[in-house]
Order: sequence, then C-alpha cells, then structure tokens
Amino acid sequence: MNADAIERILRHAQPKEFPDHTSYNSISIRQIAQLSKAMGISGREIEIMALEHGAVPERYARNMKTFSPQDQAALLKACVSVVGLGGLGGAVVEILARIGVGMLNVIDGDTFEESNLNRQFLSSPSRMSKSKAEAAAQRIKTINSALEVNAYSLFLNAKNGLELLRHSDVSVDCLDNLKTRFVLERLCKQLGSPLVSAAVAGASGHVTTVFPDDQGLTLIYGEEENVPSKGAEAALGTVPYSVTFLAALECAEVVKTIQNKPGLLRNKLLVADLDDGVIDVVNLC
Amino acid sequence: MDRESYIQLKLFANLQNFMPSTADNFAIEAGLTIGALLAQLDIPEDKIKLVFVDGVRAELTTILDGGERVGIFPPVGGG
Repeated sequence: MNADAIERILRHAQPKEFPDHTSYNSISIRQIAQLSKAMGISGREIEIMALEHGAVPERYARNMKTFSPQDQAALLKACVSVVGLGGLGGAVVEILARIGVGMLNVIDGDTFEESNLNRQFLSSPSRMSKSKAEAAAQRIKTINSALEVNAYSLFLNAKNGLELLRHSDVSVDCLDNLKTRFVLERLCKQLGSPLVSAAVAGASGHVTTVFPDDQGLTLIYGEEENVPSKGAEAALGTVPYSVTFLAALECAEVVKTIQNKPGLLRNKLLVADLDDGVIDVVNLC
Repeated sequence: MDRESYIQLKLFANLQNFMPSTADNFAIEAGLTIGALLAQLDIPEDKIKLVFVDGVRAELTTILDGGERVGIFPPVGGG
C-alpha cells in the first residue's frame, strides 16, 4: 500500500527548476488533492511521503533552499497549539499554515469586535461577534486544505489546558493578559513540551522560548503572585507592525524548535522597540 | 564614588514618558545602583520587573560604573 502510494506520488511529480536553475521534482496542490481522494490518505500524509521520497510539494518550493526535505517533513508531522487568536495569534496562524505545520490546535474563547480590526488578521467587519477559533480554522483550511486543524472556542485554563494541549509538540503563547501566560507555561512544563512566548505594548515587545526545565516567565515578569492582569498595553494599546513583527519571531522559534535547530531564544529575551528601531537580545540568566 | 560617568539609557513601552532628553548619554555618579537610578528617573520600583545592563538581566542592586547600556522594561502582556 505504502510502496504503491509512493510510486503513484512520484509518477505525478514533474521536473522543475528553482530560480537558481537547480532542479527538483514538483507535485502540485491539485495532484495532492487527487491522490488524497483516490488513495484515502490525508493531503498532509501525501505531502510527507512526497518529501521523504524526493518530490517537493510546489507550495513549499520557496522553503526548500532554507529547509531540507526532512526539515519540511518535520513541520508537516508536528502539532502546534496557538493559544490566543488576536494580533499575535492571527499572524502566527497565517505563517505556520503557509510554512506547512501539519497539525494546528487553535484556542481562543473570544469573539471579534471592532477595536480588533487595526491589527488582527483574522478579523473583518463581517466577522463581528463571531468566534476567533472558527475564523482561524477557516483561514488555515483556505490556505492549505491538506493541514489538520482542531478549533477550540474556549479560554484556556488550568482545568481544560492539559486536555487541549495534550498532543502538542510546541505551544505558542499569543495571549493578551499576564496571568494566563503563567497558567499556559505551567501546563507546558507539566506536559514536558516547549513554549514560545511573546508580548507587546504599543510599539515595544519581547519574545522568548521556554523549555520545561527553564526558569521561564518569572525571569521576565517576576513572581506569578505579584503579576498584574494587564501590563503597559492597557495604557498604550497595540499597533499592527509591532504585534506582527513579534508574531513572525515566534514562528521562527517554533520552526527551529520542531526542526531541532540551534539559535533558540532559550533563557534569552529578544526585546524590540519599533519606534526607534532598538532591538537587543538579553541573557535572562 | 562621586566620579561623573555616563550610561546609555533605553526605556521601553510606556516608560518612555520618563525618558530624559539626555538618555543616549545620561550622566550618573559611578557606583549608582539600578534602584537608585530608577529613583533618579522618578520610575516607581514596583512598576519594573526587567532591567538589563549590557545585554544581561540585572537586579535593583546591580551597580553601574559608567559606560553601560541600560534597558528597562515594564511588564507587557498584550497580544
């Protein structure tokens, strides 16, 4: 069955050239969808098989000078939970779906309101009062129907969190308050999975990656019991370029974590202020 | 302990309201602690959780000699 599937995939692949004239075997969205239907295998699994046997799904062609086929397949095999689907989460979902993270859990109990429109990519006037999680699931399926999505219109808490994050290889903190960030970190530590966390206020923000044995968020915010619910964002609001910038940095951390690459911001905090262009990486311990 | 020295000061997010006009070349007395620097800038200590000196997380008791880059972040949690 598997050998037959691989043979069929490779038979459909077409020789193509990258812009630098090196050659590769390309397989199109339409062919993947047809093979998926004909063989009763998910599009995601077809894409993985293609990559592992010398064919490149054309939608990832421009990733392939940065990632090896194994790197790209690792993304397709990974499950990432995006917790919070506002400014950070909407951009994270967009990037992770396009880059080819195979399974996405999208979690947010909130609905859209007009003040979201300045920065939240998933929002639009027609979606007012509609579920952010449902909008994220629709967006992911629109970008790549081969991906698997679980949408949860729920606010993550200590009770439901273990179940929601159980299958997650990495979680992405895109929350909008400080208290729940600590709840999420504790859940990830319990589950033994890494957390990528970013936060924004005005044009400033920071991003870090926390592995289960790392000290994590207390190094940034102090002890949990003394942390206020909201930070400087209550006074400053949030502008789209800072939140999208930090979301992009979170995605780079997610990808490096899945692909087991060096250069993670573990025990480090990248701080940025886009008003004056100051960007620095701080050693937290 | 009364030598005049200079630090490069960077205040993030809403702390910019406390930013002195001379932030890029801010005069301090060598031996000043971060806590004393906050007092000098009128920044309430309880508003601050994260200070870094030359790219390393510092404490309120960390001493400045002059020549350092000092960054101060309030808690931010927006997304």
